[in-house]
Order: sequence, then structure tokens, then C-alpha cells
Amino acid sequence: MSESVYLNISVQPEDFEIGTELQQLRAATPQAGALVNFVGLVREMSAAGQISEMVIEHYPAMTEKALQQIAQQAAQRWSLLGIRMIHRVGPLTAQAQIVLVAVTSLHRQAAFEACAFMMDYLKTEAPFWKKEIGGFGQHWVEARVSDEQAKQQWQKNSGKSPT
Amino acid sequence: MNITILYFARIKEVVNYSSEEVALPDGVETIVALKSWLSGRGDTWQKLFSGGGVVRAAINHELVDDMATFEDGDEVAFFPPVTGG
Repeated sequence: MSESVYLNISVQPEDFEIGTELQQLRAATPQAGALVNFVGLVREMSAAGQISEMVIEHYPAMTEKALQQIAQQAAQRWSLLGIRMIHRVGPLTAQAQIVLVAVTSLHRQAAFEACAFMMDYLKTEAPFWKKEIGGFGQHWVEARVSDEQAKQQWQKNSGKSPT
Repeated sequence: MNITILYFARIKEVVNYSSEEVALPDGVETIVALKSWLSGRGDTWQKLFSGGGVVRAAINHELVDDMATFEDGDEVAFFPPVTGG
């Protein structure tokens, strides 16, 4: 089933237009009965204070491959029709869009769960690093234990997979 | 053997460069052995690998654990836990 899933993954400095992206995903998977998407944004405030800019560094040779593997895992675990992932890199302003994960499937449950699964894996396995810049100076964002726990939850529940 | 090592994010800033080619002595063929060999370069390196922060590793663009082995010509990368999304 996973061979027939439409997969489109981009790592880019440019912004994206959500409407256009979702429209394209729908056009590529006309059988879809459900479309779920997540958009991550640069927060205006961090614990250290107001953020003026965020810089996202990545490991170019590994990034797309890692996202591809995450999408393929989701496609093996749920019955999906299409996946669109975009992750931006480089300097971003406060409130900018960082990431888009969009999923289509026949019914909503698969799309909801696969979208959450891919974000949880992206947060812990895709080689991106955020640096926050503001009046406080600049610092690298620390990884959150809760992100790792969210991923482990999926590993525990792997028996639930409808394959 | 000869390998390429890449450094990213906070670790790149600590090391002060982003990549290097190294010729390793016999027996250094796991991530844990490489960390220990690099730690022999001095304080900065020792703190990096044995200090509080976690250092993750990849071999040829795949995340690996400390016991993973690499071969001549491989690309090894060291970086902090990822924070994308």
C-alpha cells in the first residue's frame, strides 16, 4: 500500500503558501476523504524574552533522507493517500512559518494520527537545530524531553497499527 | 583508516569548524572509540564528549548509537539533540 502513496518533501529557505500546498495535495490524491495538516510557527516569545529572529541550521545531506524515512514509516503504519512536508531553513522572522506536514487519507483517523506521528518523529529525528535571537542575545534551543516521550509513545503503541 | 567528521549547531561553535578529515589509529572504529580519541585532543574536546550535554551521532546520514561502527571513507557527524519542527 505504501508504494502508491503520493510523497512530496521539500527543505527550503523560502516561505510557503498553505492554501496552494493543500490544494496541490488534494489534486494529487483525488480519492481523499480527509485532509489534516500541521503548521509550526516561530514563537514571538521564548523563556529568555522577545524573539526577533530564528535561524535554522540543518545537515543538508541527511535532512531530506530523514524526512523521507519518517514519511515512509507513517505510510507503512496507516493507510494514507498523500503526504506533503515542507521544512524551512536559514533565517526566519518571529511568527514565520517553519514547517508544514499535510496528510490525506480516505477517513480522518489515519490522517490525524499520521500527522501527529510524523511531527513527533520530525521533532526527534530530523537534523534541524534552532537558534533564537533577540534582545537577550542568542542561544540554541534545547531539545525537550517531552518530544522524546511523545515519540516513544508511538513505539509503545506500535501494536495498534492497522497494517 | 580515513574518515570525514562533520559538526553542527552548538558543537560546531565549540569546535570552531564544521568539518575535518582525520586519519584514525587502528582500533578506533566505533562512535564511542572516536569520541574518546577526539577527547584526547584536550579540554574543549573532553568537555564536549563527557560534559553534561548529549552529543548525537550519524554515520553516512543515518542516526546511530555509540556502539555503531564506521569504515574507511565514511562520513561521521556529531550534533546536539535535534530541535526542528
